[in-house]
Amino acid sequence: MSEYVLEMIDVSKSFPGVQALKNVSFRLRPGTVHALMGENGAGKSTLMKCLIGLYQMNSGRVLINGEEVHINNPLEASRHGISMIHQELSPVKDRSVAENLYLGRVPVRAGVFIDHKKLYRLAGETLQSLGIDINPYEKMGNLTVAKMQMVEIAKAVSQDASIIVMDEPTSSLTSVEVEQLFGMIRALREKGVSVIYISHKMEEIFSICDEVTVFRDGQMVGTDLVSNTNVTKLIHLMVGRDLDAMFPKVTCPITDVIMEVHDLASGDRFSGVSFDLRRGEILGFAGLVGAGRTEVLETLFGLRPKTAGVVKINGKVAEIRRPADALRYNMAMLTEDRRGTGIIPVSSVASNIVVANLKNYVRKNGLINHRKISSDASTYIRKIEIKTPSKETLIQDLSGGNQQKVLVARWLLTEPDILFIDEPTRGIDVGAKAEIHSLITRMAGEGKAIIMVSSEMPEILGMCDRILIMHEGRQTGIIDRGDATQERIMEFATSTGADTTESHAI
Amino acid sequence: MEANAVSRKHFNTKAFISKYAMYVILIVLIAIFGFAQPAFFTGKNFVNILTSESSRGLLALGVAFCIITRGIDLSLGSVMAVSSVFSASLVQKLTYSTLILPGLVNLPEIPAWVAFLFGILVGTSFGVINGLLVAYTKIHPFIATLGSMTIARGLALLYTNAYPVPMLREDFTHIGQGTMFGFLPNIVCVFLLMAVVANVLLNHTRFGKNMFAVGGNVDAARASGINVEKTLVFAYTWSAFCASLAGVMVTARSASGIASLGDGYELDGIAAATVGGVSQTGGVGSIVGCIGGILVLGVINNGLLITGVSPYLQKIIKGAIIVIAVVFDMRKVARKK
Repeated sequence: MSEYVLEMIDVSKSFPGVQALKNVSFRLRPGTVHALMGENGAGKSTLMKCLIGLYQMNSGRVLINGEEVHINNPLEASRHGISMIHQELSPVKDRSVAENLYLGRVPVRAGVFIDHKKLYRLAGETLQSLGIDINPYEKMGNLTVAKMQMVEIAKAVSQDASIIVMDEPTSSLTSVEVEQLFGMIRALREKGVSVIYISHKMEEIFSICDEVTVFRDGQMVGTDLVSNTNVTKLIHLMVGRDLDAMFPKVTCPITDVIMEVHDLASGDRFSGVSFDLRRGEILGFAGLVGAGRTEVLETLFGLRPKTAGVVKINGKVAEIRRPADALRYNMAMLTEDRRGTGIIPVSSVASNIVVANLKNYVRKNGLINHRKISSDASTYIRKIEIKTPSKETLIQDLSGGNQQKVLVARWLLTEPDILFIDEPTRGIDVGAKAEIHSLITRMAGEGKAIIMVSSEMPEILGMCDRILIMHEGRQTGIIDRGDATQERIMEFATSTGADTTESHAI
Repeated sequence: MEANAVSRKHFNTKAFISKYAMYVILIVLIAIFGFAQPAFFTGKNFVNILTSESSRGLLALGVAFCIITRGIDLSLGSVMAVSSVFSASLVQKLTYSTLILPGLVNLPEIPAWVAFLFGILVGTSFGVINGLLVAYTKIHPFIATLGSMTIARGLALLYTNAYPVPMLREDFTHIGQGTMFGFLPNIVCVFLLMAVVANVLLNHTRFGKNMFAVGGNVDAARASGINVEKTLVFAYTWSAFCASLAGVMVTARSASGIASLGDGYELDGIAAATVGGVSQTGGVGSIVGCIGGILVLGVINNGLLITGVSPYLQKIIKGAIIVIAVVFDMRKVARKK
């Protein structure tokens, strides 16, 4: 028996324009819970995707119990006893728990007929052995996210997994559910199963993990027993650069009020939101996932119906019913879901840059001025340093950070006075992140008024002049940069006392 | 699974073939038929190919817009029939014994161009309805246009009682039977003209650019301030306009309005656009590609006919080529997850 159940040695992986992993090594002992930490884009998920065969690594070796293996797809990974619980689960919601549990390997009779009796008996036994109280006949869609996750873990166990990868498993769980999950993880550890636990949340690392490995910019920067380390050491490893470089905040003159919002509401998603916004200001929206921050921006931008409240722009009441109206008021919105509502994947970089601003490229005769599109696209590619082979490259072939820059260019081109930015650096690498931060600061310096929603506390603290905090659809406070600390923001974000089951998102 | 990022970096034959697959197929087909039957390789025969494909070509130009917005239009064949019988009914010779509209006898003669435009108007109105249904009720375009396909066909049959509408006046039939430059039938000219218009609309106007955006990612298009509904209504209106034009031209050419005209043509139009690289996943396509697609199908139709291949075998070959062309095409512009 080898000392390690899994060894990944000198793994490298690159995508067009990005070196995602550089000679990374990682070792996992049997029967331990091993945390992977690092900022978004540090390479944790990429390494795990290489492990389970979703990505093919460019170089490096994988050893399981000391024997070298080659894993080309998740099916082969599960044959080697490796399962991954993805952050976003994709269960077949209209089928039963048992059918999901045995998806693709249902017991059959006479080679073709599904043995329902055996299926539900096996499912019941599996769930029971892990102490999960779920009826195997229940429709998957009726379960909470937490229960779906448990079914997913049970599935891994029933496939005799000896290594289970969990990618931010607590991101949508309440604290009670997190405790249940931890109970399950401890039970798995008793059985000798190893767990690779990807998380950003410090308190989880110290309560459940045995070892921790930290990534930064695609490299492994440290690995140690959890008992030998502490929060300060870990943060130092993760960030590894001074915060000034990450958040190049330049205080710029904040002038007159451009937008006033009174008592805004949209159905049951949020209500009672009031604030004003000044030119040159970055107003941060902080709160837990689901607090309603994105919905406020969507409502202001005409993507979601306003059910109450008044919005004034430059002192006059503004009626914004659809994004086209918002554009007329010189507003712009960089949406949170880059793939869903941002990029047009099969279109070129140039087309993606000009799509919100085409009216300015129509000649008097009604035809499009392609030469102007081309020169403006080139200008912005240069100006904000978008790394792309050419402006005719399809945007889907760019890295996440560069896609995000294309979207920034799209909105800069409309020369907005008011800019909404929703989770601007989610899922992009550290280098690009700092560049996006400096872009945002530069825009504020040009006198634009900016609202930024972010779930990354350092980003909020480092970038914003004022911070508006929301909790479950209600505004709980606005604090100035000088008074803001992580603790104060969390107080407001979890406030109103009544509900304490919500977990910390940050 | 993600396409292999490394192999895309350097040039390879596979990438070249998939990029120009349709043109390679077209040239190979022309060469084969030219060798097999010298009569294929004549100027007159090429004009024949163009003439017989023009109506389906117009349908391809129309439906391409819908497919680019990630939709489909199944109603085009029926729309051809509607525009055919409505235009024809206004220009029947009054000496004919069973006029569709007996009242015409008491009215001053309706000019040919009025009949022409009336046919187009009635046909195009189906496109407006299709567009409104797709844009505002959010029902799937396949279902919306399946409905209007059936309704339009029913309307054409009801209007004519399923009888043909023959004996059309010469000033009307001249529109379809005339030629330009002494050899190019008017219907071919209309097709080529419309191809130019389609190309300008698609690549050189805001409408065209907006259509690509809507088809590429409708939520992003909306968030970028594009009027998605207007764009969709326009696409379906254009599509029906092309079909109506085809219907009226064919009617004038054949000197008879027919309620069963264009049965199944919508699928030929969709096939041509698809072979020409207009992707069913939306946001991708070109008019040049569409014309290439029409030529491929036209050359197959004509070449197999002229070389005496069984018409049943023709269908099989045609089907196979459609699928092969699309397989290559999907590799070219595969969406990444």
